[in-house]
Amino acid sequence: MPAGTEICASGDKMTPEQTHQELLVDGVGCASCVKKIETALKALPGVEAAEMNFAQRTVSVSGITPTADLIKALENAGYGAKLAEAASDDAAMAEKEKADEAYYKRLIREMFVALSLGVPLMLYSLVTGEMSVNTAGEQVGWLIVGLMTLAVMVLAGKHFYVGAWHSFKNHSANMDTLIALGTGTAWLYSMVVVFFPQAVPDMARHVYFEATAMIIGLINLGLALELKARGRTSEAIKRLIGLQAKTARVIRGGDELDIPIERVLLNDRVRVRPGEKIPVDGEVTEGHTSIDESMLTGEPMPVEKTLGDKVSAGTLNKSGSIVFKATRVGKDTALAQIIGMVKRAQNSKPPIGRLADVISAYFVPTVMIIAVLSALVWLNWGPDPVVAFALVSATTVLIIACPCALGLATPMSVMVGVGKAAEAGVLIRNGEALQTASKITAMILDKTGTITVGAPKVTDVVTAGEWNHDAVLRLAAILEAGSEHPLAQAIVESAKESGLYSAVNRGLATHFQAISGQGVSAVIEGKAVLFGNEKLMREQAVEAGDFVATAQALAADAKTPMYFAVEGKLAAIIAVADPIKNDSIAAIKRLQNNGIRVVMLTGDNRATAKAVADKVGIKEFFAEVLPEQKSQKVQALQMEGEIVGMTGDGINDAPALAIANVGFAIGTGTDVAIESADITLMRGSLHGLADAIAVSKATLRNIKQNLFGAFIYNVAGVPFAAGVLYPLTGMLLSPVIAGAAMAFSSLTVVTNANRLRLFKAQDH
Amino acid sequence: MLIANLAGLLLIALIIWWFWLYKPKEAELDNTDRVITIENGTYAPSHVKLPAGEPLTIQFMRKDPSPCSETLLIPELQISETLPLNKLKTVQLPALKPGEYPFHCQMQMYRGLIKVDK
Repeated sequence: MPAGTEICASGDKMTPEQTHQELLVDGVGCASCVKKIETALKALPGVEAAEMNFAQRTVSVSGITPTADLIKALENAGYGAKLAEAASDDAAMAEKEKADEAYYKRLIREMFVALSLGVPLMLYSLVTGEMSVNTAGEQVGWLIVGLMTLAVMVLAGKHFYVGAWHSFKNHSANMDTLIALGTGTAWLYSMVVVFFPQAVPDMARHVYFEATAMIIGLINLGLALELKARGRTSEAIKRLIGLQAKTARVIRGGDELDIPIERVLLNDRVRVRPGEKIPVDGEVTEGHTSIDESMLTGEPMPVEKTLGDKVSAGTLNKSGSIVFKATRVGKDTALAQIIGMVKRAQNSKPPIGRLADVISAYFVPTVMIIAVLSALVWLNWGPDPVVAFALVSATTVLIIACPCALGLATPMSVMVGVGKAAEAGVLIRNGEALQTASKITAMILDKTGTITVGAPKVTDVVTAGEWNHDAVLRLAAILEAGSEHPLAQAIVESAKESGLYSAVNRGLATHFQAISGQGVSAVIEGKAVLFGNEKLMREQAVEAGDFVATAQALAADAKTPMYFAVEGKLAAIIAVADPIKNDSIAAIKRLQNNGIRVVMLTGDNRATAKAVADKVGIKEFFAEVLPEQKSQKVQALQMEGEIVGMTGDGINDAPALAIANVGFAIGTGTDVAIESADITLMRGSLHGLADAIAVSKATLRNIKQNLFGAFIYNVAGVPFAAGVLYPLTGMLLSPVIAGAAMAFSSLTVVTNANRLRLFKAQDH
Repeated sequence: MLIANLAGLLLIALIIWWFWLYKPKEAELDNTDRVITIENGTYAPSHVKLPAGEPLTIQFMRKDPSPCSETLLIPELQISETLPLNKLKTVQLPALKPGEYPFHCQMQMYRGLIKVDK
């Protein structure tokens, strides 16, 4: 079984279930094409509605018709078409980068414009200490500076004022509002001083043009740096999108064509040569190869693929050349679904961020009120010049408050944390799962397929008398060929692998009889054979002798022993076991070292369960658990006050996964389990559990640091700016310093979130 | 001084009324052309009214280069979309029950509301 590549087929969203699809149509020359395209699509069975957007060259189709049929119909009508969504990922990312780059350059340019006036003005003020207006000459001089500042406001700060005005009209307020009010007030006051110096007291005839220009410059710089830092937070998703191949070599009607992957249709035959990426999901129909799937699963070893094996888009073909049949294309491929899931999760919020959301909703108007109150306090009780003090404190309060740091605190960390987890092969569904995973106190592991490989194998054949291994295994396989039981299948598989059994032998067993709770009997090649447990042997009077001890030893070693007798005499004991995954022991140890209570659940008998639990170091286990009881066991632990993680792979586990505080679906599992899971481990290894918990803890810690920092910054900064320390220190914060602090507070949050990028899943 | 104090208090009252108490009217979006533009830090229209009980699409046109405007979230509907710059982005809404569905950017500085009437 190729490890972990089908996992992410979260719910097999094959086309027949789709209700809405958007196609990008080529060759739409005139408006009359619209009708033609819509008619062509509506004529297809299953299409409920088709609506063409001429401006965008897209058509929205509702119904159950497969994408391939829609594309074919459009091609028959003379147009090229592809799925709009699938096509856009890569291009959208490139466009976004281009747009961000342009915006960055604009901000830097505006910063230079503003600082080229602000810095000399500030130096002048620092050196001369003289920014007041007393003479007619000073009036003219400062008027020129005031007009230059106005030019800076228009050229470098227009976006703040326009944004603030539009928000205001909409009865909302944001960061633009604060900056526009702060800088605008400083400038207006200064202009009043310039024009009517007599209207203000002598000591208050001070201008603040340098503050306006400096604040605009610094905030533009902060925004530019933040934009760069933000770009780095989406590196993980960029890497995932970068995994997609651009073209595919399909074989149609005997010809091999290189076509863009968006045009690959279901059931197309696709050739992939060594060193090339697998373009879409499919099933190998020719050749064999080894494929590097580490980019999706984190599993470093290449996986062998041959006829019938599944291959996943984005993985790398290493050695051989293969042809495969496309089974999932466009946004249905596992890779596209991983990308979609990571994107959604990155934008979701853990509950811890909700308080910050509530606060941000009221933040800006509250700060405005505080600014007004602060001005009133200075006017009434402040020292002279009260007007100047009132103005400086109100401006500084407006400028220092930073709703952005608060608003960015949670989303930035989630963005990096979820991306980091995806790189380690851990898909986190949403912010809530992320937060709960960091608090897990107990982990329930399903045995089969989770701790063990999930595919029983014949481990021992201990023969008696003259019997040899091959003869016993051959007869046992013939006997069990008709059975669907996993243990029977293990015997048939083992015999097939050794070349002892093939379909030709089917039907050689006659007088087949199943003896309930004991085993089976039949006649093969004229000999009566019995296969089953010790009870069967006793009841059929077969002497087992020393072999009972052998069987017990095998059972104690986590194997399931079965007795095989021919013509009333014991011929062999065949033991079947589901091997424990290589790294299960180490991974379980990691969980236990983190203080997590690990509990195993299995439908198997007690002896086998105990043997497996002992081997992997689990002290608590529940054996012979019926599928429907699994969720009860989860609830029982929850009643004890534990925050329970449940890990499973099967359909049976779905209710338990859903009821657990965090459901983990293990990579090689079925779609059902993945749909009901909060976290999906893309590779089969249980190390993913400890990784998921570690990354969740690291992310939560990061969010807390960010939130704490942002809260403290605002809670301490605003009163400081209002001048609460003035009575003690005689100092009032300068609006320029407030501007710098504000610009760098949100940058600090983004930079701290970026530290998460350094998180490494523990080596294992 | 009295005038200054009164003006200050009046200003506070105005802030409270304008930003918190005032309820803006919802714009009714045309059936065929439901476009919300994001420009200069706001959604326009920011308050929209939609019919209940039928799946429909709305389009977002982002003209604002600020990265804040890039993400559109409608938490109640578990919708999270990345909006390209200067391009229409179609967002598929399920059949909505009557109620209010806020939408906003990642940091909630850009805010809007979908109102669905009975």
